[in-house]
Amino acid sequence: MTLTAAFVRDRVRGTILEHIGETPLIPLRRVSAGLRGELWAKLESANPGGSVKDRAGLWMVVAAEEEGRIGTGRRFLDATSGNTGVALALVCAVRGHPLTLVMPDRVSLERKRMVRAFGAELVLTDPLEGTDGAIREARRLAAEETDRSVYLDQYSNPANPLAHELTTGPEIWRQTDGKVTHVVAGVGTSGTVVGLSRALRPKGVRIVAVQPDDALHGIEGWKHMPTALRPAIWDERVADVHMTQGTDEAIAMTRRLARDEGIFAGPSGGAAVAAAARLAREEAGRIVVLIADGGERYLSTPLWES
Amino acid sequence: MPVTVRLPGALRDATGGLTKLEASGGTLADIIADIERRHPGFRGRILDEAGRLRTYVNVYIGEDDARSKGGTDAPVPDGSEVMVIPAMAGGAHPR
Repeated sequence: MTLTAAFVRDRVRGTILEHIGETPLIPLRRVSAGLRGELWAKLESANPGGSVKDRAGLWMVVAAEEEGRIGTGRRFLDATSGNTGVALALVCAVRGHPLTLVMPDRVSLERKRMVRAFGAELVLTDPLEGTDGAIREARRLAAEETDRSVYLDQYSNPANPLAHELTTGPEIWRQTDGKVTHVVAGVGTSGTVVGLSRALRPKGVRIVAVQPDDALHGIEGWKHMPTALRPAIWDERVADVHMTQGTDEAIAMTRRLARDEGIFAGPSGGAAVAAAARLAREEAGRIVVLIADGGERYLSTPLWES
Repeated sequence: MPVTVRLPGALRDATGGLTKLEASGGTLADIIADIERRHPGFRGRILDEAGRLRTYVNVYIGEDDARSKGGTDAPVPDGSEVMVIPAMAGGAHPR
């Protein structure tokens, strides 16, 4: 069956999962000063699991339930270095499903403790291989344990972009009274950009996709597509504008968002706003920027060292 | 005795395709300088303009986070393993 927003909400009514989505949209008054375009931040850190990944996590799990893929003796499996792991762990805790997450070793203590707090099991892979190494290990485990594992595969799962097409996109349209002109989002699994494009491009909104400017970067959750495993759901044609963003400027903007706007974002939020600000120097309009998560998740990293 | 340096795939373009190499030096700065001599441009990928570890690069000397041992001044014992990890794969202080 094809999921709808009303169906997914009904399935989780009366639980914390009902509060996934409907995140605030906040004008960035100081960052927008002197720019042609006006920047607005969609704060996905307001989701119960603290990130945009709650949406995809919920929809992927409900889709698998509806398809009858999960049942007695089977567990969900996915590869992640961060937010998707927390989101899936939260959703699976509420829905009563066992979950195994494959993550690069040396992920931060916060992430390990959070997913374990929700009851997920962790498999750690070579940190030098990053998220792509975790993906390869998850694929190996899925192929080896077909009778015991349900591989959610956020990089290929159509429920990932569908969640954004049917929730994030319509929210942005409604919250701006249809005045949104551009949407700026980073590319990781690409589910956000692909889903937003399907929802908003037919209404004339320009879709801006941003990637890190180097294979070695610090923008958690984003992928440098020329050197990474390409997500099956990714299609460059969904975006009108492709931009790249350096980590140093992204971190500077992340810190500025806290000081000037009171928005404690993760580095990908700063990266998206930095790219959007460059765009807004040239283009007028109401530019909505997706802030994927909050800064709390990076307190043990050098991001917030003064 | 040289140390073994292991690098992520993301730095392959800076070392002629190598992700494992040997280097000599008593401190992390010495090790980076030794690699820079053979692979010009490597240093700038790891260190910022002020010569500090970039915020998004984590370096481990054995099991120790180099930042907790003096950053680029961290001593690197003979025969140890140095591992460079993009911070995007995790935080700086794993347990």
